[in-house]
Amino acid sequence: MYPEDLKYSKEHEWVRMNGNIAEVGVTVFARESLGDVVYVDLPEAGADIGQFAKFGEIESVKAVSDLFSPVGGKIVEVNPEASDRPEVVNEEPHGSGWLIRVELSDMAQLDELMDAATYEATLE
Amino acid sequence: MLGVIGVDSLDDLIGDIPIEHRHPSLNLDAGLSEQELSGVFAAIAAENASAVNGYISFLGAGAYSHYIPSTVKSILQRGEFVTAYTPYQPEAAQGTLQVGFEFQTVICQLTGMEVANAGMYDGPTAFAEACLMAARVTKRTRIGVLSSADARLPETLLAYSKHQGIEIVSIDPNATEIPDDLACIGVQSPNFFGEIEDVERFTNLTHENGALSIVHVNPTALGMFKAPGEFDVDIVTAEGQPLGVPMAFGGPYVGLFACKKAHIRQMPGRIIGRTTDTQGRVGYALTLQTREQHIRRERATSNICTSTQLIGLMVTVYAATLGKRGLKDLANLCYQKAHYAAAEIDQLDGFSVERTGPFFHEFVITCPESPAKINSALLDRKIIGGLDISDRSNNGMLVCVTETSSKADIDRLVDALREIGAGS
Amino acid sequence: MTITTGAGDIDRRLLMDRSVPRRVAFTVPDSDVPFQKLPDSSYLRDDVELPEVSQLEVVRYFSVLSQLNFSIDTNFYPLGSCTMKYNPKINDELANLPGLADIHPLQPEETVQGAIRLLKSLQDDLGEITGLPGVSLAPLAGAQGEYAGLLITRAYHAARNDAERTVAIVPDSAHGTNPASAAMAGLEVATVRSDDHGNVDVENLRELADGRTAVFMLTIPSTMGLFEPNILEIIKIIHDAGGLVYADGANLNALLGIVKLGDLGVDICHSNLHKTFSTPHGGGGPGSGPVMVTDELAKYLPKPVAEKTENGYVLAIPEASIGPINGFHGSFSIAARAYAYIKSLGLEGLQSVSENAIIGANYIQAKLKDKYDLAADRYCMHEAVLSASRQKKRGVAGLDIAKRLLDFGIHAPTMYFPLIIEEALMVEPTESESRETLDHFIAVMRQIDDEIDSTPELIHEAPHDLPVTRLDEAKAARKPVLRWTAEG
Repeated sequence: MYPEDLKYSKEHEWVRMNGNIAEVGVTVFARESLGDVVYVDLPEAGADIGQFAKFGEIESVKAVSDLFSPVGGKIVEVNPEASDRPEVVNEEPHGSGWLIRVELSDMAQLDELMDAATYEATLE
Repeated sequence: MLGVIGVDSLDDLIGDIPIEHRHPSLNLDAGLSEQELSGVFAAIAAENASAVNGYISFLGAGAYSHYIPSTVKSILQRGEFVTAYTPYQPEAAQGTLQVGFEFQTVICQLTGMEVANAGMYDGPTAFAEACLMAARVTKRTRIGVLSSADARLPETLLAYSKHQGIEIVSIDPNATEIPDDLACIGVQSPNFFGEIEDVERFTNLTHENGALSIVHVNPTALGMFKAPGEFDVDIVTAEGQPLGVPMAFGGPYVGLFACKKAHIRQMPGRIIGRTTDTQGRVGYALTLQTREQHIRRERATSNICTSTQLIGLMVTVYAATLGKRGLKDLANLCYQKAHYAAAEIDQLDGFSVERTGPFFHEFVITCPESPAKINSALLDRKIIGGLDISDRSNNGMLVCVTETSSKADIDRLVDALREIGAGS
Repeated sequence: MTITTGAGDIDRRLLMDRSVPRRVAFTVPDSDVPFQKLPDSSYLRDDVELPEVSQLEVVRYFSVLSQLNFSIDTNFYPLGSCTMKYNPKINDELANLPGLADIHPLQPEETVQGAIRLLKSLQDDLGEITGLPGVSLAPLAGAQGEYAGLLITRAYHAARNDAERTVAIVPDSAHGTNPASAAMAGLEVATVRSDDHGNVDVENLRELADGRTAVFMLTIPSTMGLFEPNILEIIKIIHDAGGLVYADGANLNALLGIVKLGDLGVDICHSNLHKTFSTPHGGGGPGSGPVMVTDELAKYLPKPVAEKTENGYVLAIPEASIGPINGFHGSFSIAARAYAYIKSLGLEGLQSVSENAIIGANYIQAKLKDKYDLAADRYCMHEAVLSASRQKKRGVAGLDIAKRLLDFGIHAPTMYFPLIIEEALMVEPTESESRETLDHFIAVMRQIDDEIDSTPELIHEAPHDLPVTRLDEAKAARKPVLRWTAEG
């Protein structure tokens, strides 16, 4: 359910590292609690973001949740599909439903995140 | 039923209420039968001056006398509309929802805008909410309102914004420059004095300064005058009362609210959208609800909850009844009568009509003495004169003429003014 | 093409799709004045694209649409916290008398003495019922009444040079308008917990109440349908901290002649005339939300306030008024209906309203509590908050039960509110309904519970017999279609 190569935050976001670029999305658990995602409000690429800071909002029909970035740095890319076709977050939350890519300011931030097993244990 | 519940008396059920405060004495009258109540109301109604007891009126200034077609009154008798509530269960409220979708369509067609909501409380609150919306969109806190607008607009805005760090700036209608930090400029057109404002010029000016353009219109005037949508306006608001809603001493009315699609997630109020059911049939439901207070709570776009759905129904039936031809004819008829009245009054000794540009169905006359005195003399003749606006225009009176005034009514006003003017 | 038969085929086409060029439903009279020159064509628009249909088509279209609704006139409608009581027909008729419907809000006061007298009488009665004698009928709905109450709170503290008070304490069970109004009034929201019995956690409140407390917003009875047993202590805590107590009177239907909010120490409340005082809900308004305050706070009320003077009735502006909060004087014709309701029922009638509302809700609770969990296992006031948590474990959610009720012609209770109750179903029968109607509802609720084991698909796929089955609300929100267009 929760891929081993990702790191997780207690706010139910994940990061996938590729060099110093972190891809950020929401977890399957977040998807299950939200239901059908109907809208994702994301920042513009180029903005700076702090670790665990709010970077956007995700909405279902009857709920809205803040999005918190598990890592800090510069937002280098925003997933256009998530805005155009928010159901992609429901379809592949850990894959093509990613939300932003962040150029990491400090790799040590990753130490504050959980591995898959630890994250899954928090859900019980 | 008490036995089923397992108690002896009501008081066993309300034991949490402090005993010393239970069952207080109430100083209220004994109840009336329906027939007695009708008598009470007949007496109350008789104490008011209206057409039924022979009065004619030339008041406008935000509430307008228009003929209400029989279809509107008839549909308004349908308990299925009248006694339903907010369509939280869309499957059991398709009537209310489809009417709301029709209402949104009518408002878009009238204003030339892309999207509209299902209605606000009234015109001034719709205008205030539009200004707050502009502040959210632009992330700016100063709001400009043209000084030619009805004072009720900035006053209501003040009530809505005074604890939100918003500053209201009055803008001269002749200004060619505006401050560069405004969230928006609110223009009323026709303005408080009945004249058409240069919406295009102000919209361009706002956009050059990164602000939004808000126009508060009269919906009847949109039967003939250019729609704000033609000028790239961002938000349009209006008092919906002229569209088939009784004046009823000020309410309930409905605020009309339309905007560009790009700003839809910052729009306040209920919105109805089209979708399909599990069998692929078309249906309607409340949508984009995450903007609203029941979900977003203290971060909602507005606190509005119960709104004005039934008044929206009246507007929708009215628009369907008048239709394309009727609204155009009606706007023209109001224009004709108001201009006839203005021309006649302008010829009277001591009276003059103040105008700088085109007007719709309201105009300012300057009286030879205080409008209060003139109105008092008119009232003796069972004529309710125009609004005394001497606080905004020296000896000024704002006169409104719609299709409900016959030529004979207008002539009666003109003759009375001639008499009163001669005696002053 | 084949024409199908059956009631299932309702013509849902929109008006614009029924439009035929030059067809009319109404004729505007010809002008009876000499022709007046039109303005320059640069000011004028092309025709507004409104429907072109006949008068019969207009009437039939809206009549058929009305039949797609549930309403009080046609269905039992136990929507909690909304007080869907009978709306007497005489009230509509009287409010529409030409002498009331056709008067202009800016007419000279001497020409509207009847109207202002009516407003004054309603103010007096609402002040008497709530024990809060300062009344303004200006607010156009509950949320506006609540907002007016908060503006009064701010004005009161400011006048005492105590403007640092910027916190509104709100229970976790509160209606969403409470925090939304507080935010509009520039107040920070502090949430006080409810305890296991559904009451305000008094210790938590004690921690929160301090020199920054502007107001405590308390729904009485609570959104759980319960009367706060510690009400006097709670109000004392807030007053000792220097704050005011605002009572959300959305649920006033439980309190008529039972208790006056003012006697308890409440400073400000609002009431929804479209709930307790029987004015029609209109499919979501218009409402009316008068605000009531103590004598001390009356000078801050929003304008106008009807007063009787030596020279007759006037619409006055209180000396330190928070000003206007909307265009004119409030929902006058709604006020007229509420006035008619109070005068019809009179003292005894109003007292029996709350008694019967409370008994009806407790009757439902007593006869369903073996099947459905209660939000709190004690006597309720005018509404019973059930929880479908047991049913949820058996695979059926509160939403499913709500949808299944529609198949029986019963409107669903308020669902998933208050937020703190899992699978909440808030049932408010009101005093209008007969014992037979309540028994039918109870029988249906018990049958639905049985269906969970016998025919769960009936519940999951409900409703079956309405104009539409469950709607795809995600689709509506993802790609919003909010109006007719020529393209469809």
